[in-house]
Amino acid sequence: MKETRYWTWHMLAGIVILFLLGIHMITMHLDAILGWFNPAGGEAVDWGNVVARAKMAIYAVIYIALLAAALYHGFYGFRTILFELGLKHGAQSIINILFVVMGICLFVLGSWVAIKFHVIAQIA
Amino acid sequence: MAKKTQKETDIIFYIHRFNPDVDSKPYTQKYTIRVEPGMTVLDGLHLIKETQDATLSYRFSCRMGVCGSCGMLLNGRPSLACNTQILDITMKNLTVAPLPNFNIVKDLVPELTPLFEKHISIHPYVIQNKTDEMLDPTGEFYQSPEELTKYLQFSYCIKCGLCMAACPTLATDSEYLGPQPMLQSYRYSIDTRDDGFDKRKKVVGNTHGVFRCHYAGECSNVCPKGVDPARAIQLMKRELVLDYLKIKKHRSTSFIMGKPEGVKRRPEIPKAPPFTVEQK
Amino acid sequence: MDEHKKYPNKLGIIGWLGGGRWGIERYLYTLHRITGLGILLYFCLHIFVTSSRLFGMNAWEKWMGFFKSPIFKMGEFLVFVGFAFHALNGIRLILIEFGFAVGKAEEPVYPYKSSLNTQRPLMVIVMVVAAVLIVAGGYQFLGFVH
Ligand code: SF4
Ligand code: FES
Repeated sequence: MKETRYWTWHMLAGIVILFLLGIHMITMHLDAILGWFNPAGGEAVDWGNVVARAKMAIYAVIYIALLAAALYHGFYGFRTILFELGLKHGAQSIINILFVVMGICLFVLGSWVAIKFHVIAQIA
Repeated sequence: MAKKTQKETDIIFYIHRFNPDVDSKPYTQKYTIRVEPGMTVLDGLHLIKETQDATLSYRFSCRMGVCGSCGMLLNGRPSLACNTQILDITMKNLTVAPLPNFNIVKDLVPELTPLFEKHISIHPYVIQNKTDEMLDPTGEFYQSPEELTKYLQFSYCIKCGLCMAACPTLATDSEYLGPQPMLQSYRYSIDTRDDGFDKRKKVVGNTHGVFRCHYAGECSNVCPKGVDPARAIQLMKRELVLDYLKIKKHRSTSFIMGKPEGVKRRPEIPKAPPFTVEQK
Repeated sequence: MDEHKKYPNKLGIIGWLGGGRWGIERYLYTLHRITGLGILLYFCLHIFVTSSRLFGMNAWEKWMGFFKSPIFKMGEFLVFVGFAFHALNGIRLILIEFGFAVGKAEEPVYPYKSSLNTQRPLMVIVMVVAAVLIVAGGYQFLGFVH
């Protein structure tokens, strides 16, 4: 029954990613058309733009939400593929633990960067 | 339909052979037979067994697509040998192999035991909350035609195992329940006479249950009875998710129709014969 | 019952790939897996690379300059293609797996129609949208290369 819970959130995370990653992709790649996402002009990944976006708290929120949803969706999907290989039950629990630890580490790293940089950008 | 212009042809059968007492690995043997229009693969195998090689083993029973014994891999596609005409699928070569994803017992005979074990594990029968009604029924359950169509399609399954052979998840994961058992779990859970959803969700909502289906859709393509396991599995997922999110609509169990009242027995209907066993 | 030696006949990973007389949904399933794994790999690296902004402008510009080479642009485009496919096919899968796009149970009448036929229009639509996205994305990426 736990699997129903995991899987439902896997799908819901997919929907969340659809929206948030859509925003992310538009910001990054359609800047030529939609200039207002990149106030400093030039390319989306230019330093000026990165700082300008980081000043907006909404971006930090979007990034952290996206990070959480994407990590969960990705690692659950990977786990699905691995579990379908017909592994032994011991190996399955190792994968479970490993993926939870990896997911949390990456989440902490990512959100720490997002928050820290938001603070830095505010001062700069 | 276009008129068939098939005529007698020589077809080469490449048959996978395996004798557990002698061989360590399956090998392929070649037979050539003259095939008439309308001959099924099973007829072809019979002909080979009669005229060329009496040691060939395969499983069949009804030879009319009803019993589900003769599932085989014909030119790479799981099919019923008695339900497939040779000239419909080939004009030259025909590879006949046992169903994959099952152990081979001999030649073309797969060991279907896992299918039946998994089938049993999902409680494939009507479960009632009222135990005494189940043990000692007092009447018939009421069920409308709409309620019947909800599961009728899925009850046509003949347990041939073709869907299991076509499933990519089962190709690696032997713990995975597979299309046929999960389809049955939906067929019984949606039946209005049944109260067993809570029991079945523990089995199919598991790590190797219904969520390992990713809609490759092959089971529905190969099913010889149009049962559509893929559809039932997705609908079962829906039930499970709705149940988890606690927004599943409550379905009341069929009520029992009592004996008709105020009607007289028509005189031309004879009385039931006396009991032959003692009544308690 | 006599215990006889039996020959295990599982298809293994080859069985995931399908091939031969299989339907198109099976290939979409395989592609969905491959693109998913690719995106996950990219995503993990992405987290690390974008963390470099903490070390200031120079570190950031160094990395971004590194990724401007055509070979990385090509790689990025591949990720974009994978993402477009995974996202659109994912919409289809969500609709299907939550039971919206597979239709209701019906009496099987020969020649059989299955839920695969029910969802096929949806499949065509999402694949066309994915193709359009990929072409549009390719246009954008090509614009960056020179
Ligand atoms: S669902 Fe179809 S293919 Fe699968 S066992 Fe039943 S009849 Fe055979
Ligand atoms: S022999 Fe009964 S289904 Fe083919």
